[in-house]
Formats: sequence, structure tokens, C-alpha cells
Amino acid sequence: MTAPRHVLILGGTSGIAVATARLFAAEGAVIGLAGRDAARLAEVAADLTARGASAVPLFPLDLATEAEPAAQLAAMRDAMGGLDDVLLAYGMMGPQAEDERDATTARRTLDVNFTSAALWALAAAALIEAQGRGGLIVLGSVAGDRGRRKNFVYGAAKAGIAALMEGIAHRFGRPGAPPGLRAVLVKPGPTRTAMTAGMDREGGSWAEPEDVARIIRRAADKGGPIVYAPGRWRWIMLVIRHLPARIFNRLDI
Amino acid sequence: MSTARGLETSALTSWGRTLRAPQLVFAPSWRDELPGALRAAVAARPGHGVLPMGLRRSYGDSGLNPEGAVLLTPALDRTIAFDPATRLLRAEAGLSLAALLAWIVPRGFFLPVTPGTRHVTLGGAVANDVHGKNHHGAGTFGRWVRALGLLRSDGTALELRPGDPLLAATIGGLGLTGLVTWVELELLPIASSVMQVEDEVFEDLDGFFRLAEASAGWDYTVAWVDCLAKGAALGRGIFSRGRHAAAGGLRAVEPPGLLRMPMDAPGFALNRLTLGAFNALYLAMGRRRSGRVRQVPYLPFFYPLDGIAQWNRLYGRRGFFQYQSVVPPAAQREATRAMLTAIAQAGEGSFLAVLKTFGPLPSPGLLSFPMEGTTLALDFANRGAPTLALLARLDAIVREAGGRLYPAKDGRMPAAMFRAGYPAWEGFQEHMDPHFSSAFWRRVAQP
Repeated sequence: MTAPRHVLILGGTSGIAVATARLFAAEGAVIGLAGRDAARLAEVAADLTARGASAVPLFPLDLATEAEPAAQLAAMRDAMGGLDDVLLAYGMMGPQAEDERDATTARRTLDVNFTSAALWALAAAALIEAQGRGGLIVLGSVAGDRGRRKNFVYGAAKAGIAALMEGIAHRFGRPGAPPGLRAVLVKPGPTRTAMTAGMDREGGSWAEPEDVARIIRRAADKGGPIVYAPGRWRWIMLVIRHLPARIFNRLDI
Repeated sequence: MSTARGLETSALTSWGRTLRAPQLVFAPSWRDELPGALRAAVAARPGHGVLPMGLRRSYGDSGLNPEGAVLLTPALDRTIAFDPATRLLRAEAGLSLAALLAWIVPRGFFLPVTPGTRHVTLGGAVANDVHGKNHHGAGTFGRWVRALGLLRSDGTALELRPGDPLLAATIGGLGLTGLVTWVELELLPIASSVMQVEDEVFEDLDGFFRLAEASAGWDYTVAWVDCLAKGAALGRGIFSRGRHAAAGGLRAVEPPGLLRMPMDAPGFALNRLTLGAFNALYLAMGRRRSGRVRQVPYLPFFYPLDGIAQWNRLYGRRGFFQYQSVVPPAAQREATRAMLTAIAQAGEGSFLAVLKTFGPLPSPGLLSFPMEGTTLALDFANRGAPTLALLARLDAIVREAGGRLYPAKDGRMPAAMFRAGYPAWEGFQEHMDPHFSSAFWRRVAQP
């Protein structure tokens, strides 16, 4: 038996996180779950335990307002008995119209999806670099690739995270850096999770969380600093990014 | 959030696709959201009621609530507890059999009873008290349910166990007694994910009954029949029997690339000619391997059609009806012969015509479909009046024989046919949740 992998999930109740955690659970991993809702974390933990996780320590805390991510991360690592991967999976998406109308709502969208996520990512990168090995995987979104009128506040936050993660990957990959460092930004397309439950989700462009989870699981071991999930979004977004504004503006996408 | 407000859509149809109507959909993701979602759903459509909805593999209208509200459960797919020693698994009702198999098979467990598709939720399996190829030895799915959670629209959360009359109403209760929130199921231990399978061709209906009697020692039995064969060849087909192998490893077979019906087939694709060619080929293939024991993975053995996503589109835009009946032993030979004769004469019917004998184990649900006898299941493309006329002829045969039709597969049986087949239906009404309803129920419960 090899030693179990130690995976910490920030945002342990997100639909994509749960689907990914199940893949790690089947491998017998130790899975730490951090998130706001202790009761829901416990429900996820029971599921992962039944599916084969070695242990599922829980860390109930509000990731979006936590002021000491570095200290918290170190404590979580100690409680888990080690840390191989950090998956940052929390996020929120409100109606864009409210973000445009109300500064408090917009600030919340930006704080949760960018500011707090960036601070956790920085702390995790530092911890991983200090121990000389480990992976940081952060969930971005195809919404960060080009601002669209439907969701550009959320998209702006995800674009910011993308630049941050590219920077961390650049740093991890510098000449002379320890070879066991990984930083990956995974950009899912529209996915059928609780976050999108209020949208009409029929149609071919919607992915299941299990599809995205398999890609994240693979990204934890190999692949470039930017991974689209499913992969076809790389090409779709390539086109969308390069559409001239006068065409792009006419599209209701 | 749709948990609170709901989403209006006509996109949710059932497997047969004969009915399209708008429904207000609530899609909660967590157990703590259920009471609120249920309250909101009841309040949103007074008079039309609420219906739980899983993966929509019921064929007709028993899983639909047109103009009303539906509570979509598949996001509630978490395991609550699993004890390999007692083999008891407790999980949220939206968990699909496919997702469950993917992780219990590698650990040496299997579903005690499974229908012919694994894209069914635990809640759906309970609500339709599904059966499988092992009915003669294992009975229905409901016999393996050790407990379940039921949320009523008045907010009470009940834990039901065998012996509770409300459990008997909920098993096979078509989702009408309340929202099943979790299910505790006893699993079957297996030593291998491989199946030992033997096919045997039979030349007529008597041949089928002979093989069925001689195969009681096999865990799983089912037969395919050539629904176009007439005269001396009436009822010919391939009898298939299987058991879990004792060796061969435990693998959660993930289907490689799923074939997918890319579009609705044109209405003429499925006709007497293509059906005849397919049946002849299939029978020839059966003859070639007749009497030889093979080792096959469990997936194609139990779920031959799951390999083709959206195979229901084969029947074209107008959709199709499935017709599954059961007739008791005293009348099974004559009634089955009469039905096959009528179907062959009409030249209708499908690639997949299934014949199986149900054993004597009693079904636990008030409205459970299986009873001892012979069950016949066929798909019929919806060609309008001629199709409905044929199904009405079959109704007469089934009723005369003292049989009944499977509500999960039904999209059209008259109220009188339902009541004749399910004499317990009036007692069932006392256990219904006053705010739950379905298109099927409105059809069969109103005179």
C-alpha cells in the first residue's frame, strides 16, 4: 500500500468539488473539507467515507472573510497529517443585474470570487513551495476569458484569478524551482451544479460535474497551467476571444 | 435560487416523449433545502400539486405533472452510511443506480434487484417498485428496502420500516405519498463483476415456458421474442440466463465512448421491413451461440440499451408507447399467445420484445406491478390511432386474463383498466399526500 494522498478542498460543498472528492475517495485519499456550512460538510464527509476515503477532517470556516489564510492552511495541514494538493473550488454567482445595480452585491461577488480566492491561493502557493512539493488547483471559469454582458462582474473576478494563477505557475516553473510544484487553473464551462440550479440547463453546452471532476483529477497529476473542462471550451473560447467587437456585441451569448 | 422560486420549462419529458407540457421545476441540492422547496412547490401551483422527479426513465405520464410543480431530486445523491458487514447502504433518494454501481461493484457488492436501465434513482426504483431478471428468486426492489425517509407536504419527516402501512403505499406508490428523501437498501455480495451467461434459442412459445421452468436454478432469466413471428413459429426467440461468476475480478466497467442517437429517427426508419431484418439477424446470432456458457461483463448483460444514449429518439419525434403487462399463471400461455398473435398481425412492435416469468414472491407495495405469472414488454412507435387501437386490443386480453399493466411504462391505459388491475388503489388513496399528483394519477383516478 502506498501512503494515501492528502487533498484539501476549499469549498467542500461545491458541486464540482464533491464530484472531484469522490474520485480521490475511491483512491483512499485523506480529504480535508473547508467551507461555511458544517452540517452540509458533514453530509459530504459521510458520502466520501462510504466511498472509501481514509479520513475526512472538516474545517468549518467562512473562506471569503477569513483574515489569516496562511495560518489556517498550516493548521489544516497539521490536522490532516500532510498536504499533497489544495483544490480551491468555492465561488458564487448572483444575477448580473444586481451586481450592476448594487455596489454591496458587486463587492461581494468580487470579494468571494477574486479577493479571498487570491489570498488563499497565495497562501497555498507559499505553503506548497515551502514544503518543496504539492499541487494547487484553482477553479476559474470560461466567463473569465471575455467579458460578456450576462456575467462580466463574475467574469472579471475569474479573469483576475486566471492572471494570478498564471503568475504562480510561472513562479513554480522558474529555473531552479523544486520539481514537485504544480499550479493549475481549471476553467469549466457551464456545469450542472447547485450554483447554476436557477438557470435553464438543457442543451448540449452543459457539462455534468462528473465530467469536470475527471479533468480536475487528471490536472492534479499532469497537464498545463490552464485546463479547460471539458476541453472543447479551449477552442470555443479561442474563437470568442478573437471575435471583433462589432460582431461580438450583436451576439446574445 | 430555483430552490425558492422554481423554473418554468417544457423541456422535461419522460422517456416515451409522447407528452410535452410546461412544469414548474424546483431543484434542491441539499437535505436541509427540501422542506423549503417542498413548501414553495406546493404554494406555487395550488390545485396542480407536486411530483418528485428523478432521471425521467418512466415511459409515459406517471413521472410528469403538467401545469404543476416537480421536485427534481438527482442532485441529492449522497451516501449517508454504508456498512460492508451488514451490507446496508443508506443514501439520498436522488442517487442513481449507475453511480451506486460504479463504487459498490469494485468492493464486491451489487444491487439486489435492478431494472434494465441503471439510469434510475433510488427514489424512482422505490416509487415504481422495479423488478429485474432475478424476480423469480429475489422479488422486487422494494423487498430489499430496509427503511426510508419520507417528507410529507405538511412538513413531517417520517422514517418508515417494513410493516408500516405507509411504506407499503410508498413502495410502488409512484411518488404520490410524499417525497422519498433517503433509502436504506440491503446490497447483494458478489465475488466477481463478470457474468456467466447462456443463451438458448426456442422455436415457439411452449419452448419458452419449458426453458423458464428448467432455469429456476439460474439467478437471472429473460427472453427476447421475435414479435413478427406467426403460426408455428409464434413466440420464438432467445432465452438468456445468467449468474454472477465466482471469479474474474471486480471491475466497475465504465462504458468507453457512449454511442448517442444524434437526432430523432425519421418516422419510417422503424417499419416491418427493418424490424424483420433485425429480428432475423438477431435470431441467427442467437442460434450460433446457443447452449454455450459465456463470460460477459455485467454492464451489457444487465443494461444492453444503456450503451446507446437517448435510444428513445429511435422512435422519431412523436415518441413511443411501451406496453408491459403481467398475466397470472392460470392464463399465461393463452393470454401471451393471444397478445403475440395480435401484435404480429398488426406488424407493430419493436426490436426489444421481452418475455419473462415472475416468481411467487409477494410484492410489498400496494400498487406494485409484479405478480406471479408471465410479463411481456414491447415498445410501439406512436403512430396515432392504429397504435392505440392495437393497445386497446391487448388491454382486453390482459384484463380477461386477470392481469395488469405497469404504470411506469404506461402512457394511456384507461381508468377502468387500471382499477381492474390494481384493486388496492382505493385503499392507496388514503395514504397519498394531499398535495402530490401526476398526469397519470389524474387520468386513472378520475372516472
